[in-house]
Amino acid sequence: MTALQKDRGPGSPVAARPAAPPEPPARGRAPRRQGTRRYWWFTPWLYLLAPLVLLVTFTYLPIADMLGYSLTDWDGVSPTSENVGAENYADLFTRPELFKVFLVSGVYLVASFVQIAGALYFATVLSFNTRFRNLFKGILFFPYLINGVAIGFVFLYFFQPGGTLDSVLRLFGADGQQLWLGDPDLVNKSLAGVSVWRFMGLNMVLFLGAIQSIPPHLYEAASLDGANSWQQFRHIIAPSIKPIISLSVILAISGSLAVFEIPYIMTGGANGSETFVIQTVKLAFKFDKVGLASASAVVLLVLILIVTWIQRRLVPEERVELS
Amino acid sequence: MTTTATPNTRTPRRAPAPRAALAGTAKYLSLVLASAVVVVPLIVILFTSLKTGREVGDTGPLTLPDNWFNLDNYVNAFQQGNMLQAFLNTTIILVVSTAGTVLIGSMTAYAIDRFEFRMKKLIVGLFLVATLVPGVTTQVATFQIVNDLGAFNTRWAPILLYLGTDIVSIYVFLQFIRSIPVSLDEAARLDGANSFTIYWRIILPMLKPAIATVVIVKGITVYNDFYIPFLYMPASDLGTISTSLFRFKGPFGAHWETISAGTILVILPTFIVFLALQRFIYSGFSAGSTK
Repeated sequence: MTALQKDRGPGSPVAARPAAPPEPPARGRAPRRQGTRRYWWFTPWLYLLAPLVLLVTFTYLPIADMLGYSLTDWDGVSPTSENVGAENYADLFTRPELFKVFLVSGVYLVASFVQIAGALYFATVLSFNTRFRNLFKGILFFPYLINGVAIGFVFLYFFQPGGTLDSVLRLFGADGQQLWLGDPDLVNKSLAGVSVWRFMGLNMVLFLGAIQSIPPHLYEAASLDGANSWQQFRHIIAPSIKPIISLSVILAISGSLAVFEIPYIMTGGANGSETFVIQTVKLAFKFDKVGLASASAVVLLVLILIVTWIQRRLVPEERVELS
Repeated sequence: MTTTATPNTRTPRRAPAPRAALAGTAKYLSLVLASAVVVVPLIVILFTSLKTGREVGDTGPLTLPDNWFNLDNYVNAFQQGNMLQAFLNTTIILVVSTAGTVLIGSMTAYAIDRFEFRMKKLIVGLFLVATLVPGVTTQVATFQIVNDLGAFNTRWAPILLYLGTDIVSIYVFLQFIRSIPVSLDEAARLDGANSFTIYWRIILPMLKPAIATVVIVKGITVYNDFYIPFLYMPASDLGTISTSLFRFKGPFGAHWETISAGTILVILPTFIVFLALQRFIYSGFSAGSTK
């Protein structure tokens, strides 16, 4: 009995693993039948039951529902709704006031490139010998852990007329108060600045992890060849962490499409700071236009999927081993 | 931004010391400047939280508080802001959903990695594709489902959503479970253990590092989440840390000393946890967010 059991192994996924005991290939051919004595066919399903129910209920069902709602004029409450075909989509793309939220995304997108550049710079600096390295790393990363509402309040105070920012600027001789959150030309830049403040540390830590996985002898060889730190960055660091940089760029793009929390908390979308998600939430839960909001969410989802697809095409699946 | 990059030092060996010193100074200058950008807004809030209402009106934001031990605002924020209730609600949601995430994530990883079954590829694909769908995009429809389940305005709404939409933790577990030798399972099987015993007595204890990662990442995410409790639990006695703090906007209006105190109250636990668990937090987030 024991010998038989040993031969069977817990099924074929094992066979592919190097750690697995060598199994005759002929045996691995018919894994399903083999496994039956080991465990009932439904055993794995017992473990998968709860996760699958949750997955379908909270991911796939909503997508399907949303596609359905997007073709109706449902208000979210009434038992009936008209089928309006593609009217919601036509609305979205033809009414400029609904479409202009994408301009706001543009500001966040630019900011996220600033964020990635900054993170790259600080990650590089901190991966070389630097005093108080861990302190600086900690300080720069900490904002990422702070509660979004708390950050919202911190920066509401920071941007107040005569508030922290104005006071600091006055210390440096700049005079005149700016309506950092009241001026439609400035508000999105101020808010995007908060995003950079909040998320740069995360990018930095990810880059740092990637940089640290570069074998140190590469640097040694490079410095023997007389490469300076810029050349080391250019020819060793940048190529080695390319996958994670490209991933960050993709996350930056989909992230700038999905901005919600900070502008909603700080301005509620006033003064031209409304983002795509704020608009969708307002359409759905304030103006009871679930149909239109769904169409809008479908558009967002499709955009994000396209971005992700492009990334997969441009950067072949490469495993970045961190930490 | 790239002040220390010094692309013009062609031959570093000959590079004179002053230039290196200059680069060093620029490097530290940039680090100190960036740290100041991070710290100043937070410090100012701390100052404000220690001032009296009159002080806030009379002095600039950069002025130090008169009395460093003026904790009135904290008492006020804690009591009138219903922060006790908020911490309680958040704790309940946090504990249940973190424990659930660990169980569900590890079970899924166990089933996918250790068993061979029909439609396995499809199941893996379903989990994979779900990572591409940001939760915020499907919220309109998810709301209707939560509503139909009768979970709206109960603590179950966020718990279910945190459990149901966390694919990242499944990945963390999957990554990790691959590195646990199957021979351990087999040895246990020879001793007559069934699959659940193997999962519970062998796999789960071996997954400890992955569990630590998931608990930290999930814990911080749940503690900080605003969107889900805001949308699904508007009842005032169901306020979480985030939504209760958000409500400060109304009653305390321009009372920045109280709002600041509430803000510091919310940040403080995060800060303490960060100081205590720094190392794990860094690796947790780099393991969690790249998948």
